[in-house]
Amino acid sequence: MGAVGEAIRRRRSDLRSGLTGRALDVGLYVLILAFLFLLGTRVIEHGPDYLLQIFFFALANGAIYALIALGYTMVYGIIELINFAHGDVFAFGAFASASLIPLFGLSEGQVWGPFTILQLLAVFVVTMLLCAVLNVSIERIAYRPLRHAPRLAPLITAIGMSFFLEGAMFLWKGPSSVHYPDVLPDLSFTILGARVGVKEITVWITTIVLVVGLALFIDRSRLGKAMRATAQDRDAAQLMGIDIDRTIAATFFIGAVLAGAGGIMYGLSYNTAVFDLGFSAGLVAFTAAVFGGIGNIYGAAIGGLVLGLIRTFWDGYFDSAWSDVVIFAILIMVLVFRPTGILGMRVPEK
Amino acid sequence: MATTAPATSALLELRGVDAFYGRVQALHGVSVTVGQSEIVALIGSNGAGKTTTLRTISGLMHPANGSITFGGQEITKTRAHEIVALGICQSPEGRRLFPRMQVIDNLRMGAFTRKDKAGIAQDMERVFVLFPRLRERMTQLAGTLSGGEQQMLAIGRALMSRPKLLMLDEPSLGLAPILVDTIFKTIQEINAAGTPILLVEQNAVRALEVAHRGYVLETGNIVQTGTGKELLASPDVQRAYLGM
Repeated sequence: MGAVGEAIRRRRSDLRSGLTGRALDVGLYVLILAFLFLLGTRVIEHGPDYLLQIFFFALANGAIYALIALGYTMVYGIIELINFAHGDVFAFGAFASASLIPLFGLSEGQVWGPFTILQLLAVFVVTMLLCAVLNVSIERIAYRPLRHAPRLAPLITAIGMSFFLEGAMFLWKGPSSVHYPDVLPDLSFTILGARVGVKEITVWITTIVLVVGLALFIDRSRLGKAMRATAQDRDAAQLMGIDIDRTIAATFFIGAVLAGAGGIMYGLSYNTAVFDLGFSAGLVAFTAAVFGGIGNIYGAAIGGLVLGLIRTFWDGYFDSAWSDVVIFAILIMVLVFRPTGILGMRVPEK
Repeated sequence: MATTAPATSALLELRGVDAFYGRVQALHGVSVTVGQSEIVALIGSNGAGKTTTLRTISGLMHPANGSITFGGQEITKTRAHEIVALGICQSPEGRRLFPRMQVIDNLRMGAFTRKDKAGIAQDMERVFVLFPRLRERMTQLAGTLSGGEQQMLAIGRALMSRPKLLMLDEPSLGLAPILVDTIFKTIQEINAAGTPILLVEQNAVRALEVAHRGYVLETGNIVQTGTGKELLASPDVQRAYLGM
């Protein structure tokens, strides 16, 4: 926390100390308290088993959102671009794996053994690679040629890419939801009255492995160091001998690997996929990334978990037709009250 | 234009380099050479093209016309990270440290292209001997250092690549006079240890005092060149840059 960070904080508190600022703050707290009160009454109404059940679902959803949010935040961290096509890469992961599952010899209701686990792992690996190739191509085609253009230009091509991918998936699988093969064994355990299935456990374990792997990779590996350096100062990174084109491509690659894994697990959990799945899931994940402080990978992981909790609790206790509204409201509130997110960068840039 | 090119073959040679920012021409036929063990100063006022010259050598931008060779090898269109690997390293204008990394990690980033662990440790030690303050601040985030410490770190980081040519952009900018002395003394020490240096400075007197040769840039053109002493004594230079 240097002098600059201190100055920014002071300025922000100056802005907020005005009468309107204070009224806004009070309004925010009243809103949050009212929501919690309402939620509390519903929670009591439905009993503790239901609460725990919702909580377990929320953890699984949050894990998937976290995986997508990481891709948004890593790309933003390195080239300050919101890759709007990222949610669609996630959806592509769901679609591609739906086709790969029968191709790799997996089918619904089969007997599970060590070999089936290997088959599923192969589906994961191939899907993640396909998503990575897609995302790296998107960067190559739509963003790299515009790297020195005004910031608005790549933002527009990002939205264009998103529409393009949704259109392609629409042509591929049609306008309505398609069935995703339900291949995971239908086993479950009861913990304190709530059901935990193989699906949830698969999501939790895979996410933990991937996130820990990512953290180690960024912290320890040569490429991870190159990514951190490029994110902090692109020119300086070049002057250290870092190939920034390769580093940026690697960032898109890794982001897509995580989103691809998320797409598979979404399919395995919900057994459905639709061509514009990436829009709604992308919205939540993007909000999660902003919530955690865009550019901050730990923030994105935490943000994903928190947004998963909020959305699942909302869907579980209130009307799920409104959940996109709630997510947008949170996005707006974060941007107004805490634009740097809960873990935003606070160290002076220069 | 009088040239006092070194008798031995030049390590770095720019020949007639034109460079542009969009449609604005920043360099007009700039020709500069740096010999094997020289300190060469590039002086001139704000916006004269000094930083642009260094950016062009480093490959952060590429000349529209003209050529750049390093050790006899053509590097006019070579990409920035490959130029670093060839042995040209720059401590850029504004220091450009990695603010959210520790001092020691900034130094390690300087050695990014190298794999010889023993040599890296040795050079790290050398940097700490040159700048003992950096050893004290080893685990501090670079963004929280004082201006002088940041400048030391920027130079130290550039040295960590064990460059065959070191380029320093405004190393004395914004520093207290006593630190400026230290920095210029260090520049001479680094050079005495065998590293040629291309030095960009607004502080023309100090730069020409330590430089073997110098070039004067004005609106993207080299307008004068000579040994450091010649330029210090030149009436034109004195009037324009030394305030005499």
